[in-house]
Amino acid sequence: MERQLVFDLPNELDCIEEAVAFVMRRCAQCEVVARRLRLNFRVSLTEALANAMIYGNGSDPTKRVRVEIRIENGAIQARVTDEGQGFDPEVVPDPTLPFLPQGEGGRGLFLMRRLMDEVRYNDRGNSVTLVLRLDDDRGLQNGVSA
Amino acid sequence: MAFHVNREGDITVIDVDGQLIVGNRQELKQKVLDEVARGERKFLVDFTNTGYIDSSGLGVLVSLSKKIREQGGDLRLASLNEDLRTLFELTKLNTLFRIAETRDEGLQDF
Repeated sequence: MERQLVFDLPNELDCIEEAVAFVMRRCAQCEVVARRLRLNFRVSLTEALANAMIYGNGSDPTKRVRVEIRIENGAIQARVTDEGQGFDPEVVPDPTLPFLPQGEGGRGLFLMRRLMDEVRYNDRGNSVTLVLRLDDDRGLQNGVSA
Repeated sequence: MAFHVNREGDITVIDVDGQLIVGNRQELKQKVLDEVARGERKFLVDFTNTGYIDSSGLGVLVSLSKKIREQGGDLRLASLNEDLRTLFELTKLNTLFRIAETRDEGLQDF
């Protein structure tokens, strides 16, 4: 794929599947890390887009989400930015802790953190950057054991 | 993507073709709840033709499982590929659901 891909999405959940598929097609040459792209990156990008649309933009159809994909320094990086006020990711509990109810929500940020090599937010909390190293073909070995 | 509902004896089988993610989870939820309202209690979700699931997809399965159990039924899963199994293991939802290797195994096991 080109080393940089930037596009805006309308704040519509129905756009997520095609947006993620579009990015995945552009990443098709990265076969050596196919599983990490197919699972770790694809799921995490979906989570980031959903969080941006639902929580960041408050499901406001007049707002947009910016997606910036870059390959540099042996890693693929996705930055997803919404137009919301931001949030504190530290307040999100671990959904696998036994005292938490087995509820419907609350697993998105957890999955991103487990599936990606790095997840970081800007100070405002409205932009998340996901980093997946491309020199690592271990699949999910770093994610399953803990 | 699509959800196909079929009947195998007294078991309602739902095939998930494509993705089960935030954009279509409500469609699956409504289809299953419609079947519950019709009196169905045994559900098997077959993931043979599923690409990937996100946290919303996992969440709707948890929600449906809870509702069906409250009605005295059960929702089970079958034919998870390696990627999907990994997601269930990461979230520890493999301990919540009964997961069959194949559709036939899931049907016979009910």
